Amino acid sequence: MSTPRDYDTIPGTYVYDARRSRLGYPLNTFCMSLNDAANRAAFLADEARFLDRFALSAEQRRCVLERDWLGLLRAGGNIYYTIKIAFCDGLTFQDVAAAMSGVPKETYAQMMLAGGRSPEGNRFTAEASSGPPGRIPQGEDG
Amino acid sequence: MARIVAGIACSHVPAIGAAIDRGITGNAYWDPLFRGYGTAREWLAKLAPDAAIVVYNDHASAFSLDLIPTFLIGVADRFPIADEGFGPRPVPAVEGHPALAWHLAESLILDEFDMTIANRMPVDHGLTVPLSITCGQPASWPFPVVPLCVNVVQYPPPTGARCFKLGRAIAKAVASFASDLRVVVYGTGGMSHQLQGERAGLINRAFDTAFLDGMTRDPMALTRITHTEYMREAGSEGIELVMWHVMRGALDDDAAEVYRHYHVPASNTAAALMILENRSAR
Repeated sequence: MSTPRDYDTIPGTYVYDARRSRLGYPLNTFCMSLNDAANRAAFLADEARFLDRFALSAEQRRCVLERDWLGLLRAGGNIYYTIKIAFCDGLTFQDVAAAMSGVPKETYAQMMLAGGRSPEGNRFTAEASSGPPGRIPQGEDG
Repeated sequence: MARIVAGIACSHVPAIGAAIDRGITGNAYWDPLFRGYGTAREWLAKLAPDAAIVVYNDHASAFSLDLIPTFLIGVADRFPIADEGFGPRPVPAVEGHPALAWHLAESLILDEFDMTIANRMPVDHGLTVPLSITCGQPASWPFPVVPLCVNVVQYPPPTGARCFKLGRAIAKAVASFASDLRVVVYGTGGMSHQLQGERAGLINRAFDTAFLDGMTRDPMALTRITHTEYMREAGSEGIELVMWHVMRGALDDDAAEVYRHYHVPASNTAAALMILENRSAR
């Protein structure tokens, strides 16, 4: 399962493939439960206790409780699932996207209004470590 | 006999649905996007199709990681609106077309497309936002819908080439349905966008423009785009564009582009709407 993939060279990107899905199944199953209003209320009322219902790893649990959005992806979270935690907090996709890319929400929103993050300099990990605004720093798992 | 008269390619950004539901489509942020939708709504109202096949993906709404169907067809009378984590959208439930859907399921499976069949399934923004974009806010949707889900959440989605061939098989199936229906096919999702990681917010206007041009100029060439190329060039979630190939494959080779609208940004996404018509149906 550790065979390198050609998409591993895309910077700042966590492709939800078999490797991540095997890791993330319990975490994403918890996230899926948040589609139910009663579960959302129970989670927000006592997060730690609600998480006891799921077989999360210690790291997955930490990432949920600390709203570590990038950490959640690294721990096997899928963005369509982990965003449901953000919805519980009243956050939007843009709020979480800004947090993941490490900039204030206003900066991120301005980047989008200006046409979004350019692919130039952001296609391969080797080229993305420095340069003009919009280029992303290198993560350990990006 | 039934026939496919047109195809609609349409982004399905949840924030577009939220803007409609909250009545803020005329504000400074949303107006440039929504101004481009009026022509499409008028075109569709005039066309008045008898049914629609909507190709879309579920986003952890009907399907968790417990079951991940690659291709699925909904055969129910009615599809309720999913709670995606913030309550269901305030839009009408979607009426199905069980006779057409079952005919499609049988025809596609015998044509070697191994469809999953769903009798009970809520539908999420992937299906309802394109309906809202093209139909506005009616008390009930103006035509019955056959939902056709494609997995794009768990890597790998089906290839663009496979999606195109599914479209071909859909065209064949519709043509053998013994009822005089005029059908439109929606291909939803895209265009370039990335919702995750440090690279979130990626938009590639040049890629999107070439893709839109290619829908009529050389759709077969587009089917050869690899998954890695989609993710690298159009963002990790830009891979949703494989669903457009199902729609394109369901249309005639010489289908004509009659309308195009492209706008950045809709939240984190490059939003597009394109209408293609079969010349044989004009």
